[in-house]
Amino acid sequence: MKVLVGIKRTIDANVKVRVKADETGVETANVKMTLNPFCEIAVEEAVRMKEAGTVDEIIVVTAGPEEARQTLMTALAIGADRAVHVIADQDIQPLAVAKVLKAVIDQETPGIVILGKQAIDDDSNQTGQMLAALLGWPQATFASKITLGDGEAEVTREIDGGLETLTVKLPAVMTTDLRLNEPRYASLPNIMKAKKKPVDTKTVEELGVDVAPRIKIIKVVAPGKREAGVMVESVAELVDKLHNEAKVL
Amino acid sequence: MSALVIAEHDNNELKQATLHAVTAAAQLGGEVHILVAGEGSGEVATQAAAVAGVTKVLHADDAAYGHGLAENVAPLIITLADGYDHLLACATTYGKNVMPRAAALLDVAQVSEISEILSADSFVRPTYAGNAMATVQSSDAKKVITVRATAFDAAAAEGGSAAIEAASGPGDQGLSRFERHELSVSERPELTSADIVISGGRGMQSGENFPLVEAVADRLGAAVGASRAAVDAGYVPNDYQVGQTGKVVAPNLYMAIGISGAIQHLAGMKDSKVIVAINKDEEAPIFQITDYGLVADLFKALPELAEELDKQGISKN
Repeated sequence: MKVLVGIKRTIDANVKVRVKADETGVETANVKMTLNPFCEIAVEEAVRMKEAGTVDEIIVVTAGPEEARQTLMTALAIGADRAVHVIADQDIQPLAVAKVLKAVIDQETPGIVILGKQAIDDDSNQTGQMLAALLGWPQATFASKITLGDGEAEVTREIDGGLETLTVKLPAVMTTDLRLNEPRYASLPNIMKAKKKPVDTKTVEELGVDVAPRIKIIKVVAPGKREAGVMVESVAELVDKLHNEAKVL
Repeated sequence: MSALVIAEHDNNELKQATLHAVTAAAQLGGEVHILVAGEGSGEVATQAAAVAGVTKVLHADDAAYGHGLAENVAPLIITLADGYDHLLACATTYGKNVMPRAAALLDVAQVSEISEILSADSFVRPTYAGNAMATVQSSDAKKVITVRATAFDAAAAEGGSAAIEAASGPGDQGLSRFERHELSVSERPELTSADIVISGGRGMQSGENFPLVEAVADRLGAAVGASRAAVDAGYVPNDYQVGQTGKVVAPNLYMAIGISGAIQHLAGMKDSKVIVAINKDEEAPIFQITDYGLVADLFKALPELAEELDKQGISKN
């Protein structure tokens, strides 16, 4: 069985994001970009499935600009076997990404598709669910444990009240939550080996997918700033301030 | 123009989250209807009909909808979507799971986790962990939206008298089935609707130390939360997590105990009215956004806090 992992290149989680002065978006020039953390967990999960012998090939796919090739290299270094890079220079939104992935999946016919639950840039949390809908497959979102069985998988999901366990038929789309696994660091030999792994390049036109944005970004501004207040010297002073000044106790 | 709100419930009780989505729906200016999809959920439909401002409740009661499986609920939503310009749900794990599936079936985009409604097609939503507020305009005929609960007050649970209409959809799609729940049982209020939230972070050092936080929480009727670090380390369950990818809270008082203040955590609590931090590191970034900061060893400060509350006779229980 093949597993396909959809990944995204995002601004690094540790970068302090700055809004552009012209309000068109955020600064990305000279900003560190990495593999979206949830996507990294997705790649790691696929590699663990292969190590456990339950899948035999891992294909990573991204839709993004030329530079996203670097992100594919990261995934190949973690242990993916080959990559598909769908070149997209325009703003490509979740519904469009889902359509691109569906087109690739129709060609690759994987038994499992794993995505991150959310990209830490636009925080949409949509693509996996949309992809499952377009494929007519089940979706196991926000997964913290995946157990593959015969033609189905048992998946534990992180939900607001605790945990929920579902059984989904395969093929299925799964999206990762933080506790699914702890991704490994790619070793230097594996980083070198990744450069020799095959990367297939396609365009959205070749896939015949309409990726026109449905949502127009009117402006992007910084949030209202919260000013630092006062430091108190003791617990007694803190309680006094909360009780008599802020009146929240 | 009318809007359909997808109710969140456990077949017995309408969740507070739904009331926030109703307020957002009402701001769109048209009629507000609620869809209750469940199994043995008659009581929920009755509660939905009583929500102020709601004019109709669509009630789909079938074993297929009992556990809110997205594979079954999304086709039901699109069966009922004709005649609605807006489909809304709260951005809970339920709404986040179901709504994008419905959107894709309708071939429309979803506008996730809006914090403000500017017009019928324009919304404000936080991106980059709340560090960039985007104003967006949807060009789709139908708008599928999830709503950030903390940005919209809850609608009144009483005062409405909507008609309840039976609805049905394609039923069980046979793709998935519910196995079991492991729900956190707590006497404390829910994180997302509590007046006071006290969260512990990595500084707690172990789950065995969380009773220090709970002792204060119980005196104040507060909910207990945690940073990602504390959840990842296994101190507390996943549903305690406050932050960009966990829960978003905006209580009257938020107390961050032993939490350094990563932007991912701030994203989940910085709209709280009053923020307090106790941390032994005076350089901790959390102090840049606190109203009251205390540099102290939390293992001394928390018992002292409980004692001081008792001494002052401050108790919400």
